Amino acid sequence: MIATMVQALNQALAQEMERDPRVVILGEDIGVDGGVFRVTEGLIQKFGDRRVLDTPLAESGIIGAAVGMAAFGLRPVAEIQFLGFIYPGFNHIISHVARLRNRTRGRFTASLVIRTPYGAGLRALEHHSESTEALFCQIPGLTVVVPSTPYDAKGLLISAIRSEDPVIFLEPSRIYRAEKQDIPDEPYEVPLRQARIVKEGKDLTILAWGAMVPVAQKASDLAAKTGVSPEILDLRTLSPLDEEAILVSVKKTGRALVVHEAPKTCGLGAELAALINEHALLNLEAPITRITGPDITIPLPKTEDYYYVNPERVLQGIIKIMEF
Amino acid sequence: MLIEKFDPLKGEMLQILDEEGRIKTDLEPRLTAEDLRKIYSLMVMTRAADLKAFKLQRQGRMGTYAPSLGHEACQVGTAYPLQKDDWVFPYFRDLGGCLTLGYPLSDYYLYWMGNEAGMKAPEHLNIFPLAIPVASQIPHSVGAGMAAALQNKKIAVATTFGDGATSEGDFHEALNFAGVFQTPNVFVCYNNQWAISTPRSHQTAAKTIAQKAVAYGFPGIAVDGNDVLAVYAAVKEALDRARNGKGPTLIEAVTYRMGHHTTSDDASKYRLDVEVKEWEKKDPLLRFRIYLKSKRLWDESYEKAVQDKAAEDVETAVAKAESAPLPSPEDVFISTYKQMPPKLTEQLKDLTDLLKEGQK
Repeated sequence: MIATMVQALNQALAQEMERDPRVVILGEDIGVDGGVFRVTEGLIQKFGDRRVLDTPLAESGIIGAAVGMAAFGLRPVAEIQFLGFIYPGFNHIISHVARLRNRTRGRFTASLVIRTPYGAGLRALEHHSESTEALFCQIPGLTVVVPSTPYDAKGLLISAIRSEDPVIFLEPSRIYRAEKQDIPDEPYEVPLRQARIVKEGKDLTILAWGAMVPVAQKASDLAAKTGVSPEILDLRTLSPLDEEAILVSVKKTGRALVVHEAPKTCGLGAELAALINEHALLNLEAPITRITGPDITIPLPKTEDYYYVNPERVLQGIIKIMEF
Repeated sequence: MLIEKFDPLKGEMLQILDEEGRIKTDLEPRLTAEDLRKIYSLMVMTRAADLKAFKLQRQGRMGTYAPSLGHEACQVGTAYPLQKDDWVFPYFRDLGGCLTLGYPLSDYYLYWMGNEAGMKAPEHLNIFPLAIPVASQIPHSVGAGMAAALQNKKIAVATTFGDGATSEGDFHEALNFAGVFQTPNVFVCYNNQWAISTPRSHQTAAKTIAQKAVAYGFPGIAVDGNDVLAVYAAVKEALDRARNGKGPTLIEAVTYRMGHHTTSDDASKYRLDVEVKEWEKKDPLLRFRIYLKSKRLWDESYEKAVQDKAAEDVETAVAKAESAPLPSPEDVFISTYKQMPPKLTEQLKDLTDLLKEGQK
């Protein structure tokens, strides 16, 4: 079927609910309304209000309840309406979701998925545009996943639901409907912890994820006109990282450019730079470069573009790294 | 005392003006003719400014906007009895409250147009920036109440929020603090029956929101939120109690969200039009107009004057907001810290250079 990312996610949820009666979904406005982005459209009609739970407005309650559901053998998929509203539930994520397996030496696990849209570019209200993925990557026990295409969105969400570990599933809202792709009708898994080579190249490796993947592609097209051949790696799982794929690529090209939407300081780019430094320093022809959002609160829509990483900025990074 | 008279556990609700505009004279608050006309003009202004904002959004001249349609009595009735030194912690749906306090409409518009400059309230207004994360303003307001008590200030602190907010942990924690520390807080819940698609009945199994106060150890009262006199009277009494060291009060103003949750929402997807039509009959402006007429404070020419003035003020505010300069790169960087760290100065320079390059 030809699907947007929203439709692909919807199909993944429907098919997993069909396959596995343990899968339940819960969140604000996900039932009758079908979710504010319509990711859960039609599911309450199909599976009823015992498996599609419209909850009161309480993120801590949603995530906390999901922990109990998971421990009791269900496979909850919780939706938090926007990443910016997850923080009342952060206590449960850091204190329980991530640690339940370790605290009980495997007797209990929080095999659950927390889905939430995130990122800038929709000209949205305050608290709707941040990219705080690195906060979750620092928590041991969590798997942090970000799709960048409809195909991956469906396959990764299916893998996330089937995973024995808790998954924070971050959906880049900017590209929810930006691209349509022909995806298989039947269920399929895209493995977690595996990066994807978006485009092969020989001169430098661009590391990106989510809404930054198409931005990197555009920048790469621009660079190609000047004879530069970038390789683009879509990390897909941000934690635990696919270190092998990253290092193989960087060792091949000898240059690394990290592109992320989050502020620069302590963003995932810092971890990637350290990783490359530890394992491939002698392969490098130029310093690892980061093109990221600045270290400021993301501005409101009028000046959101001051913040946003666009292809021109990425191209600048490519030029800088190639001219070193 | 109204608060003692109307027991939420018995399902009682304060109403002074009924839907037909009939007054319960024994409960009628003492307001001058000037006050009554002022309240009316603020409600008219709120409605005009709100409808305009919605229209601007549809024309692409405003960002995502949370309409206040139907909340005029709640909003104006809550803000009107506030005194100069009192503080208010509003949520994202409180246009009438802001206008009543004298928040410039052009600034309110500016914020919703996506410009931070609109958030900087005038220095003389004791108003916190409106809260988008649901219920997060409630603990802040309790902290302000605790600070006022520690500083021996005889002031009250009002907080507004919707029915959805009462499900958040912050609501519980804040009201619990307020009870324990006997803070000078007045919590006003605009219970508009819908939190996006979630009906009030699915938000809490409690019969009323007002009754939740009982568990925190202070009084709660339900009022007709489309009756501006009821809202005014209850809030005024609660503010007086707060200022006089009698502790917090929870007020549930029962109203209805006549519009979408925000301009990004489509309410027809989850609620019936007949319900909306039922509430149209309870329009807060209609009944107040009848009341004013009965007091010989309203006629057609007065109505025209009020409407014309509101329309004119709205247009002036739109023009002012739309002609406001775009924030500079410095503007969006400078307030991150008291003193900008060198790294940020460098990032600002990079951005400025990039923008200059783009202009070439």
